[in-house]
Order: sequence, then C-alpha cells, then structure tokens
Amino acid sequence: MLPSSGQPADFPVMKRFFDSELETFRSHLLLMGETSIRQVRDAMKALVESDAALAHHVIAADDELDTLEVKIDEEAARYMNLRAPVASELRLVIVGMKASHDLERVGDEASNIAKRAVRLSAEPPLKPYIDLPRMSGIALEMLRDALDCFLNGDVQKALAVCHRDTEVDQLNRQLYRELTSFMLEQPATIGRALELMFISKSIERIADHATNIAEEMIYLAKGQDVRHSEQVKKPASPAT
Amino acid sequence: MVTAATPPTLSMETSPQPLPAATAATPLIEVEHVDFFYGATQALRDITLTIDEHRVTALIGPSGCGKSTLLRCLNRMNDLIEGTRVARGSIRMRGVDINGPDVDVIELRKRVGMVFQKSNPFPKSIYENITYGLRLQGLKNKARLDEIVEKSLRGAALWDEVKDRLHTNGLSLSGGQQQRLCIARAIAVEPDVILMDEPCSALDPLSTSKVEELIHELKTRYTIVIVTHNMQQAARCSDKTAFFYLGRLVEYGETRTIFMNPANPQTEAYVSGRFG
Ligand SMILES: Nc1ncnc2c1ncn2[C@@H]1O[C@H](COP(=O)(O)OP(=O)(O)OP(=O)(O)O)[C@@H](O)[C@H]1O
Ligand SMILES: [Mg+2]
Repeated sequence: MLPSSGQPADFPVMKRFFDSELETFRSHLLLMGETSIRQVRDAMKALVESDAALAHHVIAADDELDTLEVKIDEEAARYMNLRAPVASELRLVIVGMKASHDLERVGDEASNIAKRAVRLSAEPPLKPYIDLPRMSGIALEMLRDALDCFLNGDVQKALAVCHRDTEVDQLNRQLYRELTSFMLEQPATIGRALELMFISKSIERIADHATNIAEEMIYLAKGQDVRHSEQVKKPASPAT
Repeated sequence: MVTAATPPTLSMETSPQPLPAATAATPLIEVEHVDFFYGATQALRDITLTIDEHRVTALIGPSGCGKSTLLRCLNRMNDLIEGTRVARGSIRMRGVDINGPDVDVIELRKRVGMVFQKSNPFPKSIYENITYGLRLQGLKNKARLDEIVEKSLRGAALWDEVKDRLHTNGLSLSGGQQQRLCIARAIAVEPDVILMDEPCSALDPLSTSKVEELIHELKTRYTIVIVTHNMQQAARCSDKTAFFYLGRLVEYGETRTIFMNPANPQTEAYVSGRFG
C-alpha cells in the first residue's frame, strides 16, 4: 500500500476536543456488554439454584440494557450528524449501533430465562442441570471473546466465536431430543420439559447474538464484512 | 483542431465517447518515481501513481505537502516558475512522456486544462471568457463559437443563469458562478483532463454542491484531478484518493477504501481530522 520508500519520521497526531464523545460511546457499549453477560450469568444461576429472588432481580434489571441501547443510538446519531466520522470512527459508530441491538436482545433472552426460572423454582427439577449450564457457559465465553475483540482488536478470537456457534446449536438439538423422549415417557413432565426447551432455545439465540457481535467486531477491526463468508462458515451440521 | 504536426501527439485519434463509470478503468496519466524541485527545495519525492481515464482522482494532504505542485506537473504549469525541474522520473499521458522534447506545451495545456482555487475570469464578457482560447486557436466562425459557448455553459451548469446576459462582464457574476464560468472556459477547448485546485474553497455550500454535481457529470466526458482540503468533498466526488505528506505519496487507493478502511495509520489520522 505504501508506494514510496520510507515514511515521514514524525507525523503529528492530535487529540480533538470531541474525542471524549467517542470514549463515552465506547464505554457505554462496554457497559452494555458487561451488563448483558451479568444478566445471562445471573439468570442461569437463578435457574440452577432455584433462586426466584435472583430471577426477579434479573427481570427488573433488563431496563438498564434497554436504556443503554437507546442512549447508544442517540449518541451515534448525534456523532454522525455533528462529526461526519470516517474510517475506523465511522465503523465504530455503525458497529456500536448494531452490537448494542444484539446486546439488548441478549438481555431479553436473559429475562426470558429468568421468567422461566421463576416458574421452575416452584417445582422439583426434572433432571440435574448439566447440559444447559454447559451451553450457557459456551455462549457466555463467546460473548466475552467478542467483547475482548472490541477491547483489543483480537480478530482471531472473534473468528473462533463464529466457529463455536455450531457447538451450541448441536447441544441445543441434543437437548431437544432428550427432552422429547422425557415428554413421551412421562407426560407429567411436559410442562417442565417445555420450559427447559425454551431456555435451551434462548441460550442458542444468545450464542447467535454473540456470533453477530463477533462479526461486527471483525468489521470494526479490519473493515472487512465477514458475514456469510467462507471465513465464518460453520462446518456442515448433522441433520436432526 | 490539433495544431502540433509532429508526432507523438497527445490528442485522441477519435472523438471521445462518454464512458459509463462502471467500465474498467484505463490508465490515462502515469506518474513514475517523480522527484520535483523548486530550486534547491524538493517538493515531490518519488511519486508514483496512475490517473485513470473518466475518473475523478482527489489529491489530499496537509498544506505544503505538494498537491498543487503535482497538479501543475501534469500540464507543465511549473515550467512557468523559474528554477523548477523534474529531477527524476517520468510523467506519461497515453504513453507519451509529457516532458519529452517533442511535446508541444501549448497542445499539452489544451489537453490538460486547469481550474484554480480563486475563480479568475478575464475582465471581459462571459462570451469572450469562453471564446478567448478558441479565438487564439484561430477559430473565427461566429455560429460555431456561439454553439461552443452554449455547449460549454450548459456543460458547466451555468447556461440557464446567464443565457440572457452573455455580453455582461464575467466579473459581475457571483463567486460560484465565476467558478463555473472558469470550468466552462476550461471545457470549451474540449480537453481530456481537467485539473482543479481547490475549486470550491471560496464558495458557499450551495455553489459548492453545484460544482460537485458538475464534477460528477463531467467525468463521463473528462478525466478530473481535484485538490481539496474538504475531506467530505473528496469522499463525495472522487473515485480514487491520494494522500500526500511532506512531498510523499503515503497512500493511494479507491476513495471508499481511503475513507472507510485506510491501510496507513497516517491516512486514517488525516482523514479523521486528527492531524496537527
Ligand atoms: N513557486 C514556488 N517556489 C518555491 N517553493 C514553492 C513554490 N510553490 C510551492 N513551493 C513549496 O513546495 C512545497 C509544496 O507546495 P504546494 O503548493 O505544492 O503545496 P500544497 O500541497 O498545494 O499546499 P496547499 O494545500 O497549502 O495549497 C511547499 O513546501 C511550498 O513551500
Ligand atoms: Mg495548493
């Protein structure tokens, strides 16, 4: 890309008075990331420990994410309007709006899990919670890695997130089969089994959002749109 | 129309056909390893870049980085400044070295017209501003001149505003109109290339967008090289952008890449307004 040999020795780069606006924007997005991870973690904890109080707390805290999403959209619109950003700044603003939407949806799924956890806490567990925490563990790692890419531009980590999505999909399908046989054998379990199926679906959706965020962060770091590209293609998944 | 009888000639064999912008780019001007000096001061260092035909190429960079110098190299306007020289490298237009001994400079400047930062109409009528160059070339036919005046003014999106006062002084026009008059004057001789050095820097936003619209239309017939300090303008009207710093070409590429995802951190800092 550099046609001429050598580069000018010193190239003065200054801070601009409105750089703090971008810092605020970034920190709001990070706060959203941390908050949505906490919400998923707490919702799963409430489920596994039959802790209805914690589940209610998760449901109430969803507002935080909704408010942050609106704030990020406002800041993005204002920044584009006033500063006409280009290059990585423009990508940051675009990605910020998309990622905040994904994170808000992660929060919604966390609330859904929490609502089901409240109902399930009133009944004896259908079976020990093993698969769901495993799934949510992976989904949370995916979210964490996607956000790490936001913090330090680690594109390899973000690409790995896209590939891990398949793991969660497979666990989700496996759990479906298992719960279906429960329901067939013991119709009394249908109510609880359905709740668990929906929780499994919620976790699968969270992993999807994590994948979106990872793709967005790759775009932010590299300016390259990897959606639907070979780079992030999942290995062919077995038919159910 | 071609006055220079000696080959090699810079003019086109056939009349130019408007090309849709989507066609593959053909190199029109090839600048290779050019070093340029004003006396002992080196203003351009090892510049290599290709200007594509029927494209708008924007030259950007901080003040003093050599944009105007490079622009003036393209039609040898620097020849008019004492003590200047292209110390190394070559500039070829359609394969012909423009600094070669056989090149007719007058013919070159006809092929490669120029519009300056400050609109500089002659203190003559609108009509005479446009026909001046043609008369110099010996064109006397009134009907033909009338025709070219109308065509050029239409081409510069000025016809409707001035058609009823073609014989009033060009200086009576507004700044934006004067700049479009200069563009009309430049296209009257049907050049291949129009060089524009900060053509909008003295214009209000409305006149600026008119000139930008015009640039967009003109590129179907001409190749345009524009120097601008307005990043949004470069992003809006050019196909390719070259970023210069201290006489060097730092990055050159598709405008969308330069403004969306530049490869060089200095380019990034400059287009984001962090240079300084
Ligand atoms: N006629 C001249 N004689 C001597 N030096 C000159 C002359 N014209 C330009 N220079 C020098 O050459 C360098 C490049 O100048 P140039 O005018 O090409 O810069 P530029 O990029 O067009 O800047 P600007 O954005 O301010 O118009 C500068 O250091 C300038 O001082
Ligand atoms: Mg200049």
